[in-house]
Amino acid sequence: MPRLAVRPATLVLHAALVAVAGLTVAPLAWMVSASLMPTGSATTYPPALLPHPVTLVHYRELFTRLDVARELANSTLIAGLITASSLLINSMAGYAFAKLRFPGRDRLFGFILLGLFIPPQVAMLPLFVMMREAHLVNSYAAVILPSMASVFGIFLVRQYVLGIPDELLDAARVDGAGELRIYWSIIVPLCAPVLVTLAVFVFMSAWNDFMWPLIVLTDGAKYTLPVGLANLAREHVQDAELMMAASVVTLLPVLALFVALQRYYVRGITAGAVKG
Amino acid sequence: MTRREGVRGLAVGLAAALSACGHGARRPAGAATPITLRFWAFGREGEVVQQLIPEFERTHPAIRVRLQQIPFTAAHEKLLTAVVGEAAPDVAQLGNTWIPELVALRALLPLDSLVRRSPVVVPEDYFPGIWDTNRLGDTTYGVPWYVDTRVLFYRSDMLADAGYRSPPATWSTWRAAMARIRARSGGRTYGVLLPVNEWAQPIALGLAAGAPLLRDGDRYGDFTEPRFRAAFTFYIDLYRDSLSAPVSNTQVANRYQAFAAGEFAMFISGPWDVGECLRRLPDSLRGRWMTAPMPAADAVPDVPATLPLRGATDTTVPGASLAGGSSLVIFRDSPHPAAAWAFLEYLSAPAQQAAFYRVSEDLPARRSAWEDPSIARNPYVRAFGRQLQSVRPTPPVPEWEQIATLVATHGEAAARGAVTPDAALSALDADVDRALEKRRWLLARQGAGATGTGR
Amino acid sequence: MTTAGRGGPGAQAARRAALLLLAPGLLLITVTFLLPAAASLLLSLSDFDLYAVAVPADARVVWLRNYVTLVESPLFWAAFRNTLYFVLVGGPLSVLVSLGAALMLSADGVRLRTLFRTVYFAPVVTTLVAVAVVWKYIYAPQIGLLDTGLRWLGVAPVDWLGSAAWAMPSLIVMNVWKNFGYNMIIFVAGLQAVPTELYDAARVDGAGAWQRFWHVTLPSLAPTFLFVSITTMIGALQLFAEPYVMTQGGPLHATLSLVLYMFDQGFAFWHIGYAAGIAVVLFLLTLAGAAVQLRARRAPAAI
Repeated sequence: MPRLAVRPATLVLHAALVAVAGLTVAPLAWMVSASLMPTGSATTYPPALLPHPVTLVHYRELFTRLDVARELANSTLIAGLITASSLLINSMAGYAFAKLRFPGRDRLFGFILLGLFIPPQVAMLPLFVMMREAHLVNSYAAVILPSMASVFGIFLVRQYVLGIPDELLDAARVDGAGELRIYWSIIVPLCAPVLVTLAVFVFMSAWNDFMWPLIVLTDGAKYTLPVGLANLAREHVQDAELMMAASVVTLLPVLALFVALQRYYVRGITAGAVKG
Repeated sequence: MTRREGVRGLAVGLAAALSACGHGARRPAGAATPITLRFWAFGREGEVVQQLIPEFERTHPAIRVRLQQIPFTAAHEKLLTAVVGEAAPDVAQLGNTWIPELVALRALLPLDSLVRRSPVVVPEDYFPGIWDTNRLGDTTYGVPWYVDTRVLFYRSDMLADAGYRSPPATWSTWRAAMARIRARSGGRTYGVLLPVNEWAQPIALGLAAGAPLLRDGDRYGDFTEPRFRAAFTFYIDLYRDSLSAPVSNTQVANRYQAFAAGEFAMFISGPWDVGECLRRLPDSLRGRWMTAPMPAADAVPDVPATLPLRGATDTTVPGASLAGGSSLVIFRDSPHPAAAWAFLEYLSAPAQQAAFYRVSEDLPARRSAWEDPSIARNPYVRAFGRQLQSVRPTPPVPEWEQIATLVATHGEAAARGAVTPDAALSALDADVDRALEKRRWLLARQGAGATGTGR
Repeated sequence: MTTAGRGGPGAQAARRAALLLLAPGLLLITVTFLLPAAASLLLSLSDFDLYAVAVPADARVVWLRNYVTLVESPLFWAAFRNTLYFVLVGGPLSVLVSLGAALMLSADGVRLRTLFRTVYFAPVVTTLVAVAVVWKYIYAPQIGLLDTGLRWLGVAPVDWLGSAAWAMPSLIVMNVWKNFGYNMIIFVAGLQAVPTELYDAARVDGAGAWQRFWHVTLPSLAPTFLFVSITTMIGALQLFAEPYVMTQGGPLHATLSLVLYMFDQGFAFWHIGYAAGIAVVLFLLTLAGAAVQLRARRAPAAI
C-alpha cells in the first residue's frame, strides 16, 4: 500500500475522507432535516437546510391518515418470515452440499450456481401467471415463497460449513447420531455466525425488495413500505416534507439494523467475494 | 399440467403453513359479520370519496366499504394486474377509455338489467356523450361517476394587457394572443403550458378538428389524415415558436406558483384544477384568472367544413373536447354484486353527486346535480358546462391506453424537436397499426362487421 | 471429505438425509425461479396477451415474431441503449469510486477507519425506493439542493431529471452514491490479502508509491476486479426502481431501461409474449457480459 505517513499527505487524505463522508451523508441528512420542516419550506427557493420550526406533523400524518403503521407491519412480517424460513432452508441445503455425499452433488451445486447469472426479472412474468393459477396473487405468500430459498444463501452456508472439521461430525456419527440430528445439534450451533450474516442479508434484501411486491401485491392493505412509498411519491409530488418523512420511516429500521450488525454484514460480502 | 399442480400444491401448502396469508378479504362473510366491499378509487378522488362512505355504511349497516387509493399514473397497471391476478376489487372507479380493455378481459359485470330496474340510475339524466362511453355494443358496463373534459384556464389580466377582452374562441386568435403575450413579456412568458408528454392535449385538439383518429372499423391508425395533421401541426408549432414551454408533467414542480408568477398565461386542464387553483393560487390572483371552453379549430383546408365556424362568439358551441371522465364499475368476480350495486346507486344519486362535487370538485355526470347551488353559482365551472355540450369520445378499442401512450411518445418527440411533425405522425400510424394487429386478426376470425366493438 | 457416504449403511443414510435437507431449497428455487425463467423462453414464442388471458385460445404461437418486433421497435433500442449506457458508464465509474474509497480507507495512518467505513457503507443498506424519492427532490430544477449548491458556485441551474441528456447521468450519480460502499468493502478485503512481502520486495527494488500501486496492488486485485465488475454489471442490467420512481422512463425515454420496458409491456399492457422476449434479451445480455469479462481476464493480464 502506498505509505502516506508524511504529515501533509495524511492531512490531505483525511480532508478527502471527510469530504467523501460529507457527500455520502448529505442526502440522508437533508432527508431527515426536510422531514421535520413545515409544509412547503423544502421546496421554496432557496430551500431550507434546517427545519425551522421543527415539526412532527408529517410523521403524525403518516401514521394517522396514511396508515404507514400497516405497511411497517407488513414489511416486518414479510421480511421476518422470509428471514426465518430462509435461514432454515438455506442452511439445510448448504450443509448437505458441503458435507453429505451423494451422486452428482458437485455437478448439481455447479448447476445451481448458474442461477446467479439469471436476473430474477426473467422469471417474473411466468411466476405471476403461476401465482394466478395458485390463487396467490395479492397474498403475503406470493411475496415470501420466491425468497425463501436462495442460491446465494446456500452458497454462503456451504462455504462456511466446508470449514467445519469432519472429525467433529464423525465423532457424532460414532455416537449414533443421524444426519438430521447432526445438522440440528452440531451444524446449526456452529454456524451461528454465518447464520447471523445470512439473516442480516436476507432481512435487508427482503425489506428493500421492490419490483416483485409491486407486481404481486394489489391490495393497499398488504403493501410493503417501499411499494407504499412509491405509491405515495406519485400521489403527493408536491408534499416534499411528507415524502421525506415516509423515506425516513422506510430507511430507519434497516439503517439501525445495519449499525447494530454491520460486522456480520461486511463479513457476508467478503465471504461471497473472496472465497467465490 | 403437473408442473402447475405441483406449484399449486406446494404453494398452497406453504401458504397454509405461513399463517395469516391468502385472501382474507375475499372470503364470503358469514351472516353475523357485515359484507366488506373492496372499492378502488384513483388519485384525489380516492382521497376524498372516503368522506361519503360513512353515510352509506350508516344506511346500509350490513355493508362495510374498504377504500383503496391508487395513484393515477399507476392505476392502469394496478387494475389490469389485479384483474389478471384474479384479485380485482368489487367496485372500482375506471377511466371511461379503459372500459373496452376490461370488457375484452371479461372482467366487468353487465349492468343493463340493474339499470333498467333502478329508480336511481336514470340514463336520460346523464350527459349523453358521456353515458355512451360506458356502452360497448348493446351492453352497459359502467355508470358515469364524474365527467372530465379539458378547458382553457387563462390569466384574464394577462390577456387583457395583450388587448384581449375575452378568451380566444378560435385557434387563430388563440395563437395570436399567445404570440402577443410572449412578445410583450420580452420572451419571459410562455403563452400556454402544455406538458409535452400527455396524450390528452393533442387528442383533444384532434377531436376539436374533427379527426377520426382510427379508420376501417378501428382497425388502423388514422393520424396522418389531414384533420389530425392540422391539429398536430398547430400543437407542435406552439413549441417550435416557444409559445409553450417544452416541459413534461413530472418537471413542473409547482404549476400554481408558476401560473401565479405569470410564467405562462394559460393552461389546458380538467375540472379538478378549478379547486386546486382556488386553493393554491395566492389571494392576489383572485379575479385575474378564468376558465373558457376550448377554442374551436379553424377550417382545415381540403376538408369539408363540418367544424364550428370561425369567430365563434361566447354563446356558440365551442370546439369539441374529450368526453372523458370516470365511471363506476362492478367486477364480474365480485362475490357481492347486489351490495356493490347498492353502493353504486348510492354514489349515483343526485344528492351524493353534488356532495361528491363539494369534496372533490369533480363535475357530476348527472345533469340534475348541476342544479345544486354549489355548482350553478361557481363561475369557474360554467366553461365546463358549455364544453360538455360538445365532447367526443376516443375510439372504444381495448388498445386505447396503448395508443394513448404512443400518442404521448411521438407527441413528445415532435414537441422537443427530435423529429418533424410529419415523421412523428407516420411513425405513430405505423406503431398504432402494429398495436391493432391482434384486433384485426380477432375481428377477421370472427368475421365480425366493420363496427366491431372491443369484442 | 466426510466419512459419511463412503459405502456401507452410512451411504444410504447420507443420501436419504441429503434428499430431505435439499428438497425444500431446491424445490423452491426450481419452482419459483428456474422453471419460470425457462418458461419465459417459451412464452416469448407466443403472442400471449390481454385477449389470451380472457380466452386462452386467442393465444398464437408466433415463433420469432416477438423478436422481430423487438428489433424493429425504436423503444426497445432506446431501452437497450439506455441500459448499456447505465452499465458501461455507471458500472466502471462505480467500481473506480469504490476502489478510490478502499485505497483511502486502507492507507496507513487513517484515523477513525471504522467510522468512515460505516458512513461510506450506509447508503448500500438503504431502501432504493426511499433514496430515489429523496434524490428526486435533490435533483429538482431551480429549488433542488443540487441546483442551489451549483448556483452558489456560480453555475447555471440544470433540470437534471427533465433533460434527456442529463437524466441518465443523474441516475448514474445517484447509483454510484448508493452502491460504491459495497464494492469498497470487497476491495478493502482484497487489499488486505495482498502479501506485504510483495510491497517490501518492490520497495527494495526502489519502486515509488505510484509504481508499487501500479505493479503490485493492481495486479494482485485482478481477481477482485473480475468479481466486482461481473456482479456490478449484473446489478446494473437490472435497473428498474430508479426510473420507475424518479422519471417513469422519461424524458423522451432517456431513462427507459430494459426491465422498466419489460414491466410496462408486461404488467401495464399485458403483452406477455413480447415482454417475455425482453426478459430473454436481458438474460442473454447478462450471460454475454459475464462471458466477455471472464474471457478478457483469462487472457494474459494487461495490468
